[in-house]
Amino acid sequence: MTKFRLTTGIVAAGLALCATSAQAQDLLFWSTQAKPVEETQRMRDDVLSGFDQPVDYQAADEGPWITRIQAETQAGSGSIALLGGLHGDFTSVEGGLVDLDTDLDSANVVPAYAELGKLGGDGQKYVPWMQATYMMAANKQALEFLPEGADLNELTYDQLIQWAGAMAEATGGPKFGLPAGPKGLKHRFFQGYLLPSYTGGVVRTFKSAEAEEAWNKLAELWQFTTPASTNYAFMQEPLLTGEVWVAFDHTARLAEAFNQKPDDFVAFPTPKGPKGRGYMPVIAGMAIPATAPDPEASAALIDYMLSPEAQIATLRATNFFPVVDVDLPDDMPPSVKAAGEVISYTSKSEDSITALLPMGLGDAGGKFNQVYVDMFERTILGGQPIRDALDDQANALDALMKETGAPCWAPDAPSDGPCPVE
Amino acid sequence: MLTPARIPYLLLLPATLFLCAFFLYPFVLVAIEAFTRDGTFTAQNFQTALGHWKFPAAMTNTLLLAAVVVPIQTALALLMAVLVTKMTSGRDMALYVFTIPLGISDLAAGIIWLAIFEQSGFLNSMLYHLGIIDQPGTWLGYQSKGVIFAAVVLAEVWRATAIMLVILVAGMGLIPKEYDEAAEVFGASPWKRFIRVTLPLLRPSLQTALILRVILAFEVFAVVAALGGTSLPVLMGETYHWQFALQDRGVAAAFAIVILAISIAATLVIMRALRVPKEARI
Repeated sequence: MTKFRLTTGIVAAGLALCATSAQAQDLLFWSTQAKPVEETQRMRDDVLSGFDQPVDYQAADEGPWITRIQAETQAGSGSIALLGGLHGDFTSVEGGLVDLDTDLDSANVVPAYAELGKLGGDGQKYVPWMQATYMMAANKQALEFLPEGADLNELTYDQLIQWAGAMAEATGGPKFGLPAGPKGLKHRFFQGYLLPSYTGGVVRTFKSAEAEEAWNKLAELWQFTTPASTNYAFMQEPLLTGEVWVAFDHTARLAEAFNQKPDDFVAFPTPKGPKGRGYMPVIAGMAIPATAPDPEASAALIDYMLSPEAQIATLRATNFFPVVDVDLPDDMPPSVKAAGEVISYTSKSEDSITALLPMGLGDAGGKFNQVYVDMFERTILGGQPIRDALDDQANALDALMKETGAPCWAPDAPSDGPCPVE
Repeated sequence: MLTPARIPYLLLLPATLFLCAFFLYPFVLVAIEAFTRDGTFTAQNFQTALGHWKFPAAMTNTLLLAAVVVPIQTALALLMAVLVTKMTSGRDMALYVFTIPLGISDLAAGIIWLAIFEQSGFLNSMLYHLGIIDQPGTWLGYQSKGVIFAAVVLAEVWRATAIMLVILVAGMGLIPKEYDEAAEVFGASPWKRFIRVTLPLLRPSLQTALILRVILAFEVFAVVAALGGTSLPVLMGETYHWQFALQDRGVAAAFAIVILAISIAATLVIMRALRVPKEARI
């Protein structure tokens, strides 16, 4: 009798537990952003705690992120309520997303970014969430070695090479750094900055004479770049230790340098080439998977995330800027002030060439990046002749474009059919 | 029903089912993935994998690493096993200490060695404070592939020698003392007894240890990823890269099949070379 009662008791307790957990199931926000533990925690504590339902914010690498979404889509049921990721992440999982009807006009979302969220189609596949870009950061000690007559805001690649050379000579070792490690964002430097600045394009001009010149310039710059660059992922770390004095990186990956030692560093726009200044805005968005358990709650969460308060809280938590029109309060961290000035200078400057993140590549985004990373590894690191490697990689790029059928995106001129490599 | 003849099969059943469900079935899936593309049979995945400009380097590095690491580990493990077997007191203690690195995951081991070799690591701080260098050197830069290779070898030897040691110590315990004593009576030196008596009788354990170690050496990944990044491509690293960064499961599966093929080839060679005839078994 006692045994029977005990069993019933356990079963009843179990049922009760199931019931409560189903009732109070947290909304799962499955994201590729704010991956460092501190940022993840700030997203939970400072941003999502303001929403009226509990949200479970989980950050993952792109691979596992995509795998889980694909698995839930294939299974036809899932537990993810909201997806967070970069523009390129969403192109990989486009088929599993619902069309959103968020009112982007009244939320004051920058229209150009809203358009990106359609992924080239008609429906709104993702809603812009936050934005960032890339910039340069320099230790103030480096400024005395600037070439004569150089203006930090209007620096050219040639002046950057001279500057890096002067620093290397004066200090006995290279002091320029690139995030060229396996987890570094070097491919964005090639796609969004170096190549557009020299060729005005990314895909069409891939093997042009101008592209050859661009890679040659990089080889020149590389002589004065610290070889430890191939281990760097976030340039804020070598900047803070003093291993590197001048660096290029994502604004969020430079933020700690400005926040920890605001008086030691200056931020400035990326250099210019013969065609102008290549510039790549980074857009992160939010999307709802077709398998979301409660789409209405997910949509409400999107609305909340676009509110000015949540956008500013997100900026504090992740160093990604708002995509809606908001007035920033005065007490923002130093990194935000530094990056904010550079972003507004660059976007106002007339010779900027906006290079968008790849579009229409589907799940081949990684392979697209690899074409540029391979160029870097083969020529700059491996010493292969630039012309031969360019021709070889151009074939790979051309095949990739034909396979995916992706039309050209800015800065390349629009194309009918797949973007050609000329 | 439960006849004694059936009991062994019945006892083997759970393990067999486990193997089928978690090894054989996924293996078949991987093989299918490797040989098909969009549902049709093709060798294209293998062409892409083998034709990729990094493949020769990845293959050479993997084989070279195994060729350097395994002999060092075999020699060390034999030496340590002899030491441990000869100890009269504190034998268990020594065995525990030797096997500590085995308890550390390979990624953690890679990170430990990275903390030693990186630019702001222990090695640089030590050399700097001893006044040997003026400023921290870059040990693991992309141009110093040799140093990265040596660091990986060091980390692997430190981490995985113990697995051979454990097998060899068990094997040495099985060898009857009489053979050794007889050899000693006939005046054989300790070295000669080791070469002529212990080693030949140790062949079965040596075989197991070598097969296990060589296969693991072909699968080396986390230590290389931690210490070398992309500067030192290996087959397993390329597999991971194709699967997760390039999102191409077919080519990743083809790489996995290549690793499987060289593992099987190495296993066959070792089994053949260290074969113990049935009549010679203890």
